[in-house]
Amino acid sequence: MALRVRFAHTLRSYRASADLTVERGETVALVGPSGAGKTTVLRVVAGLLRPDEGYVALDDEVLLDTAQSTDVPPERRRVGYLFQEYALFPHLDVWHNVRFGARRNDDVAPLLERFRIGALAKARIDELSGGERQRVALARALARDPALLLLDEPLSALDAHTRAGVRADLRELLEALGLPAILVTHDFEDAATLAHRVGVISEGEVLQLATPTDLVATPRDAFVASFTGATVLPGQVVESRDGLSHVALDGGLSVWSADDASGPVSVAVYPWEVSLGSHTPDDSRMNHVSGAVVSVAPMGNRTRVRVGPIVAEITAASAERLDLRPGVLATASFKATAARLFPR
Amino acid sequence: MPPGDLVSALGTNAATDALRVTAETITVSMLAILVVGTPAAYWISTRRGALRDALVTLVELPLVLPPAVAGIGLLVAFGRAGLLGGTFDALGVDIAFTKVAVVLAVTFVASPFYLRTAIWAFEVVDPTLPAAARTLGARPGRVFARVMLPLSRGGLGAGAALAFARGLGEFGATIMFAGSLQGVTQTLSLAIYEQLDLDIDVALAVSALLILTSALVLLSVKLMSRWRSGFGSLTPFAATARRPT
Repeated sequence: MALRVRFAHTLRSYRASADLTVERGETVALVGPSGAGKTTVLRVVAGLLRPDEGYVALDDEVLLDTAQSTDVPPERRRVGYLFQEYALFPHLDVWHNVRFGARRNDDVAPLLERFRIGALAKARIDELSGGERQRVALARALARDPALLLLDEPLSALDAHTRAGVRADLRELLEALGLPAILVTHDFEDAATLAHRVGVISEGEVLQLATPTDLVATPRDAFVASFTGATVLPGQVVESRDGLSHVALDGGLSVWSADDASGPVSVAVYPWEVSLGSHTPDDSRMNHVSGAVVSVAPMGNRTRVRVGPIVAEITAASAERLDLRPGVLATASFKATAARLFPR
Repeated sequence: MPPGDLVSALGTNAATDALRVTAETITVSMLAILVVGTPAAYWISTRRGALRDALVTLVELPLVLPPAVAGIGLLVAFGRAGLLGGTFDALGVDIAFTKVAVVLAVTFVASPFYLRTAIWAFEVVDPTLPAAARTLGARPGRVFARVMLPLSRGGLGAGAALAFARGLGEFGATIMFAGSLQGVTQTLSLAIYEQLDLDIDVALAVSALLILTSALVLLSVKLMSRWRSGFGSLTPFAATARRPT
């Protein structure tokens, strides 16, 4: 069961296009800022939007082929669509919401049990918490026994506390179902946790589609680097020597990079490739930025610390040991190979 | 005048005839407005751009048209010497000055109140809900019946009540196009006008009845706007329809 999508469609401010294949049991995430055209891909696959030109097929069943004037209506596409904000019917209770998608009354109860919402069968939608709504929406989307799944921002309506748990549940569910799935999110971390491959979208165009590891290892451009978590700083290559480039950052600092470039560049540095110390170390690393700590943000078992324009991600234990607080002097260090250059 | 006399004045032939004519004609008008108007309003609500604006303008035209102009218009269209009159005449049908004429006049004047409110009620439904229904296997007809109608019923009910009230009070277009023949085309509103010269008590009694009915209709509009619809207050003529993006 593989899904094939290829389309181009003119939206108000840009032309959206995509060309991807999602294998059986594979989840592909599309990430990008809001308004990048991520949802457009889902709407085309679901049949809610007919693109100017395009082709959508699930194995050998053609759902859309504008060249042949084939356009299977959404109700016959066997798509499980989890909408952003869930789009539950406010005039129906939980049971009837799930029944709407099911073929028989008897199919409803097992789904409610599976998503642990059996006790809420008679509850109205406005009485549910965010996490419960998400489970009702998932149960409803699966009620039709779909052949593929489309998930639009499945976690964005949840608070940070519920989010981690729901994310783990969702990952388990996607694995258990074994369907081709497309997931849309603006959060790279969600995408990297839930999906096998991640496509970064900007202004309707898939800039790069790769495994999360490959995206971080070899981002195609500064936008992809920034979206996958890198700190991106503008600068100018002032000299090249021994295969190294010396970049003067716009803020006044300068860094060395192992990439070959000239002229105006963007320098991308991933926070987890930056280490921190209380003094400038004498080691193989070529880049040291000393200054006062600007901010300290704990993130689970890690801490993000900003020194000057550089962000470092270190373990919470190290942050405590170094006694990092805003105002304290520290040095951020990273290798020349960790400073990637992209022409501007 | 004691209330007892008002009630007995309603028992006169002129009053009961008018009541019967009004009940018959407004029932047929409202049925026509609901059965044809609801799908039409839904269809218009799904259009965008210039076509939608043109359709809404057409729908709203009777609202601003002077009743006398509406009456003349209906006469020109359906009267014996009118545009379609020849066709009807050949079929042995004469519409002007019959109950059919009353129904046409009332429908013409009252329908915009329903259509406008109904278009608005459909347009404020979150567009992802019908989309979700489609992906859950519902054909457009089922989406309309199971999702759009229940979600907009408050607005539809309020629009129907307003159209009913307007139809009840219809006077100008009816008297020009259908005349005021007791027992045939004389509705309650027309009876008040005629009885003013003949028996003021009947005119007052019928007026009181219409006041009471209008008050009940307004009250029902208020109640329906709260009817599990989430619309805070229903002011369809001040509300600007939120266009789904």
